Amino acid sequence: MFCEKAMELVRELHRAPEGQLPAFNEDGLRQVLEEMKALYEQNQSDVNEAKSGGRGDLIPTIKFRHCSLLRNRRCTVAYLYDRLLRIRALRWEYGSVLPNALRFHMSAEEMEWFNHYKKSLATYMRSLGGDEGLDITQDMKPPKSLYIEHFLPRWKCEQLIRQGILEHVLS
Amino acid sequence: MAEELDLMGQDSDGGSEEVVLTPAELIERLEQAWMNEKFAPELLESKCEIVECVMEQLEHMLSTVTKHEIPVNIWISASHEQSKNMSSLAPHFFRRATDRSREENLRRARKGDLKVSIHRMEMERIRYVLSSYLRCRLTKIEKFFPHVLEKEKTRREGESSSLSPEEFAFAKEYMANTETYLKNVALKHMPPNLQKVDLLRSVPKPDLDSYVFLRVKERQENILVEPETDEQRDYVIDLEEGSQHLIRYKTIAPLVASGAVQLI
Repeated sequence: MFCEKAMELVRELHRAPEGQLPAFNEDGLRQVLEEMKALYEQNQSDVNEAKSGGRGDLIPTIKFRHCSLLRNRRCTVAYLYDRLLRIRALRWEYGSVLPNALRFHMSAEEMEWFNHYKKSLATYMRSLGGDEGLDITQDMKPPKSLYIEHFLPRWKCEQLIRQGILEHVLS
Repeated sequence: MAEELDLMGQDSDGGSEEVVLTPAELIERLEQAWMNEKFAPELLESKCEIVECVMEQLEHMLSTVTKHEIPVNIWISASHEQSKNMSSLAPHFFRRATDRSREENLRRARKGDLKVSIHRMEMERIRYVLSSYLRCRLTKIEKFFPHVLEKEKTRREGESSSLSPEEFAFAKEYMANTETYLKNVALKHMPPNLQKVDLLRSVPKPDLDSYVFLRVKERQENILVEPETDEQRDYVIDLEEGSQHLIRYKTIAPLVASGAVQLI
């Protein structure tokens, strides 16, 4: 049946819980694009037949293939876009430097998108005024207490804690 | 902090007039903008002036605080490698210290420290609200980017923008980045008649019919409430000052913009 592979891509992401980024399914994407090419070529020839050969009976088949093409495209774009949203969330969760495990799951183009996004975000934050602007990826939670063990101001080490470099000692 | 801050306001004929606010009033305005933005389904009007003034306020507070602060020796449990990372953040803060010198420091602490502490806490709070406000806006800009940009494109002269110039630049970059990515990875490999995706149709619009809680600040009369189903008819309500309502956002959207109601 047509669009099986495309549906599989979507299902793959649907199964992955929020925040998780499965490996980029390059193979799956390639197969969907190949199917689209085949459908399109079949339609091209059928359209010619229908027009010149008077084969009006081919029209439902042509329409059906066209619907499959649209569905394939929709699933593909949804797959790619949803992954971008997950990758975007990583910037906010982990900071500018992503853990290796996640980087291996990203395609080169996704990495490029991520780099552009980071840069855009940094430019925006810098523009917020003052010398260095405002890092709005900090202060994700309302402040309860000001100091951690009275040694380090919380606002300086939030991200380091998330990355596992620092540990919040609660004694 | 007895100084007052100037905020450019708009009077009813659209001309600008200066509105002078105390710092407390400024922070109140920030909090109102923050709550409205949090609860509104769409991106609201940009409040650049408030953001700018709050940033100035934070800087002023920071310079006041650092004038009175004692450098504190920091004790960190970290490997040398990791502390190299951290010292790039703020070299003067990260120094190894023995337990004894830490105690000396705390003993030496002046009474002014409490005032400094409270000052710092207030700064943290304000910074949190400001960051949260800006994050909320960015999230909406990213979520609805084709619609946000379209709205800006079709904005009439004199109408206020929902995007600050920097947000506008960010939104355009986000759109360009995403479009380029989709084109290069998939769309250009697709059949010729399928290579263009209309993002305005594919990306969902904000749901203006979602319900919001609000409190009325200025009395409103004859607000038209449109029916939700075909069986209902539309009806008219009055909003009394101080009353609270749960109502469809679309009905009261202009009142949020004008400040007549506050989303809660």
